[in-house]
Amino acid sequence: MTLTEKIELYSITLVKGAGWTVSITLLTFCIAVVLGLLFGAVKAYGGKQTYSSTFTLKETLSYVLARIAIIAINIYVEVFRGLPALAVLFILYFGLANVGIRLEPFTAAVMGLGLIGGAMLTEVFRAGFGAIHGGQREAALAVGMTPLGALQHIILPQTWRVTLPPIANYAIGLLKDTAIVSAIAAPEIMFFARNLVTRTFDTEIIYILVAILYFCLSFPLARLADRFEAKALEGAR
Amino acid sequence: MAEPLLKVENLHKSFGSLEVLKGIDLELAKGEKIALIGPSGCGKSTCLRCVNFLEIPNQGHIYLDGELFGQKKVGDQYSQMSEKELARQRATIGMVFQGFYLWPHLNVRDNVAIAQIKVNGMAKSEANDLAMDMLKKVHMDHKSEEFPERLSGGQQQRVAIARALAQRPKLLLFDEPTSALDPELVGEVLNTIHELADEGRAMMLVTHEIAFAREVADRVVFMDGGGIAEQGPAKDIIDNPQNPRLQSFLGQMLERN
Amino acid sequence: MIEFLSVYGENWSTWQPPMVSAIWVTLALTFCAYILALAIGLLVALGRMSNSAMLRAICKGYVEFTRGVPTLVILFLIYFGLPGFGIVFDAFWAGVIGLGIGMGGYIAEVFRSGLQAIHFGQREAALAVGMTPFQSFRYIMLPLAIRIVLPPMLNMLILILKDSSLCALITAPELMLFAKDLASTTFLPMHLYLLVGVVYLALSLPMSLVARRVEARMQAGMSR
Ligand SMILES: Nc1ncnc2c1ncn2[C@@H]1O[C@H](COP(=O)(O)OP(=O)(O)O)[C@@H](O)[C@H]1O
Ligand SMILES: [Mg+2]
Repeated sequence: MTLTEKIELYSITLVKGAGWTVSITLLTFCIAVVLGLLFGAVKAYGGKQTYSSTFTLKETLSYVLARIAIIAINIYVEVFRGLPALAVLFILYFGLANVGIRLEPFTAAVMGLGLIGGAMLTEVFRAGFGAIHGGQREAALAVGMTPLGALQHIILPQTWRVTLPPIANYAIGLLKDTAIVSAIAAPEIMFFARNLVTRTFDTEIIYILVAILYFCLSFPLARLADRFEAKALEGAR
Repeated sequence: MAEPLLKVENLHKSFGSLEVLKGIDLELAKGEKIALIGPSGCGKSTCLRCVNFLEIPNQGHIYLDGELFGQKKVGDQYSQMSEKELARQRATIGMVFQGFYLWPHLNVRDNVAIAQIKVNGMAKSEANDLAMDMLKKVHMDHKSEEFPERLSGGQQQRVAIARALAQRPKLLLFDEPTSALDPELVGEVLNTIHELADEGRAMMLVTHEIAFAREVADRVVFMDGGGIAEQGPAKDIIDNPQNPRLQSFLGQMLERN
Repeated sequence: MIEFLSVYGENWSTWQPPMVSAIWVTLALTFCAYILALAIGLLVALGRMSNSAMLRAICKGYVEFTRGVPTLVILFLIYFGLPGFGIVFDAFWAGVIGLGIGMGGYIAEVFRSGLQAIHFGQREAALAVGMTPFQSFRYIMLPLAIRIVLPPMLNMLILILKDSSLCALITAPELMLFAKDLASTTFLPMHLYLLVGVVYLALSLPMSLVARRVEARMQAGMSR
C-alpha cells in the first residue's frame, strides 16, 4: 500500500469513530448543562432564606432541605472537580462491575463525563446567576411573573452573556476529554485508532491523523467560543 | 364607608430573631395616596414588600379590593398560594424600587412591554403600543430604543415607573424612588409621580422627601419601632406633629434638606 | 461497609509501599510538567506579542493546536509515534513533555490576557507621580499582572495533576497505573480506584482551596 492509500483507508475508519465522539460529546454536554443549571440555581437561590423561629413545620422542612441540598451539591462539585476523569471512569466501569453493576462502556463514559461536566457547569451557572442583582428578580416578580418565568425571561437571557464563553470552552475541553473513554473501551476516535495501531503498526501516521481529526472537530467550536468571548467583553464595557 | 382598596391586617414580620414589623394595621381607600415615613431601618421597605408578598409575612393578612392577597382560606385555615396564583395577583400591584432594577439586556420599550407579553399574553404589537403610551406618560418615549445603562438615573427611574404603569395596577408602591438619585435628578421623578397622583391613582409611597409627601399625599403614616406611631392628614401630621419621636425625625429631615 | 473497608486493612501492608512511590512519581510528573508548561507559556506569550509576523503566527498556531488536540493524543504521539522517527523517550519524560506541551498553550493565553489587562494609563499614572519606569514595573505593573495571573495559574497546576493520570496509558509508573496494575491482579478494582481517587482528592482539594483564597484576596485587592 502506498502512503496515500493508507491515509485514505485509516481516515475512513477514524471518521466513523468521530461519529461516536460527537454523539458522546453531545449527550454528555446535555447532561452537564441540565445538572449545572439545576444545581447552579439551587446554590444561587436556595440559601437566601433566613431562619426564623416563627416558621411553620412546612417552612422549616423546606429550609432544612434547601440547606442539605446545598451541602450535598458542594460536596458533589468538590469531588468531581478534584478527581481525574480517568479515575471516575474506572470507578464507574471497572469498580461498579466488580460490585455487580455492569454498565456498557458507552453508558459509563457518558455518565462519568456528564457528572464531571455537571460539577464544572454548576459553578459556571452559579456565578452567572450571582452576577445578576437580586432586585432584577424581584422586579420581575413584582410585574407578575412566576419565579420560573422570571428565570426564563429575565435572569437566563442575561446569564448567557456571562456563561456562554465558559460553556463553549467547556464543550471544547469535553470533546478532547472524550479521547480518554477509549481506556474503558468505549467506541470513539481514539478507540478506533488504538485498534488500527494494533493491527497495522502504522503508529505515527494514525496518531497524526487522529490529531488532525480532533483539531478539525474542535476548530469550529473554538471560533464560536472566541465569538462569545468577544461579545461578552463588548457587553461588559 | 366604602370598602377600602387595600387592607393590611395585623402584619408581623421577623428576620431570624429580629422582629421588624410588630403588627401593622392600615387601610387605603380607592384613589388615596399614603406616604410612609420613618427613620432608616424601621421597616418601611419590609412593610411595602409584604403588601405584594415579595416578603412573606409571618402573621397577618393583606386584602386588595376585598380579596385575600397571597393566601388562601379554607375553613378558618390560611395557606400560602401557589407561585402561579401569587404572580397573577402581583400583576395587579405596580412597584417601583429604590434601585430601579431595569433589566439591562432589554431596551427601554421591551422593559415596559415584556411583562404584558409574557405574563398577560398580550400580542407583541399591542404591548409595544401600550409601552409607548406609558413611556409618553413619563416623558421617556424618545428613548424607547435605548438600553438602560445609557440613561441617567432619573430617566431609568421614570422608565421603571412606566413599567409599573403598564400593568394597569390597582395600586402603586414606591419604595424611596428618589433616594438613589443625584439631587438634580430628583425633581423630574417627583414631577412624574405628582402627575400620576393627580390622576387619582392609589399609591403607597415610602419617601424621605417630606415636603413632597406633604403636598402629594392625602395621609402620612409615621412608622417607628416596628409599628405605626402616628398617622393622619398629611398637612396636620407634618405641620403639627404630636409624637416626640416624629418631631425629632421631622427636625432631622428639615435640617438635611 | 465494614466488610468493604476491612479489605483495605488486610492489603495495606502490600499496597502501601508501591502506592507511596507512585504518589512520588505523580508529584514529580506534575511538578516537571508544570515547570515546562510555564516556560513554554511565557515564551509563547512573548512570541505572540513580538514584532515578527512569522513568530506570531507560529505561536498562534501552537496555541490553536493545543486547544484542539487532546492531551492523550499528544502523549500517544510522543510515546508511540516519535520512535518511528527515531526519537525515544521513556514513559516518565514522554509524560512530562506531553503534559507540558498540552498545557503550555493555555498558560500562554493566561499570561497574554494578564499582560493585556493592564492599561497603559496605569503605567503613565505611575510615571506621573514620579516613579521611574523600573519602579512603575515593580510596584504597579507586576503586582497587577500577578493579581490577574496567579489564580488561573494555580488552577492550571490542579489540571496538570489530574491530567498526569493519563500517563498511566503510556505506562508511566504513576498513581493511576499503580491502581490499574493491582486491579488486574487482585480483582479489587473498586477498592483500588476509590483509594487513588481519595489520594487525588487529598492532593487537589488543598490546592483548590488555596487557589480560591488567593482569588478572593486578589479580587478584593482589585476592587479597592
Ligand atoms: N432580607 C432581610 N434579612 C434580614 N434582615 C432584613 C432583611 N430585610 C430587612 N432586614 C432588616 O429589617 C430592618 C428593616 O429594614 P427595612 O424594611 O429595609 O427598613 P427601612 O426601609 O425602613 O429603612 C432592618 O434592620 C434591616 O436590616
Ligand atoms: Mg428601605
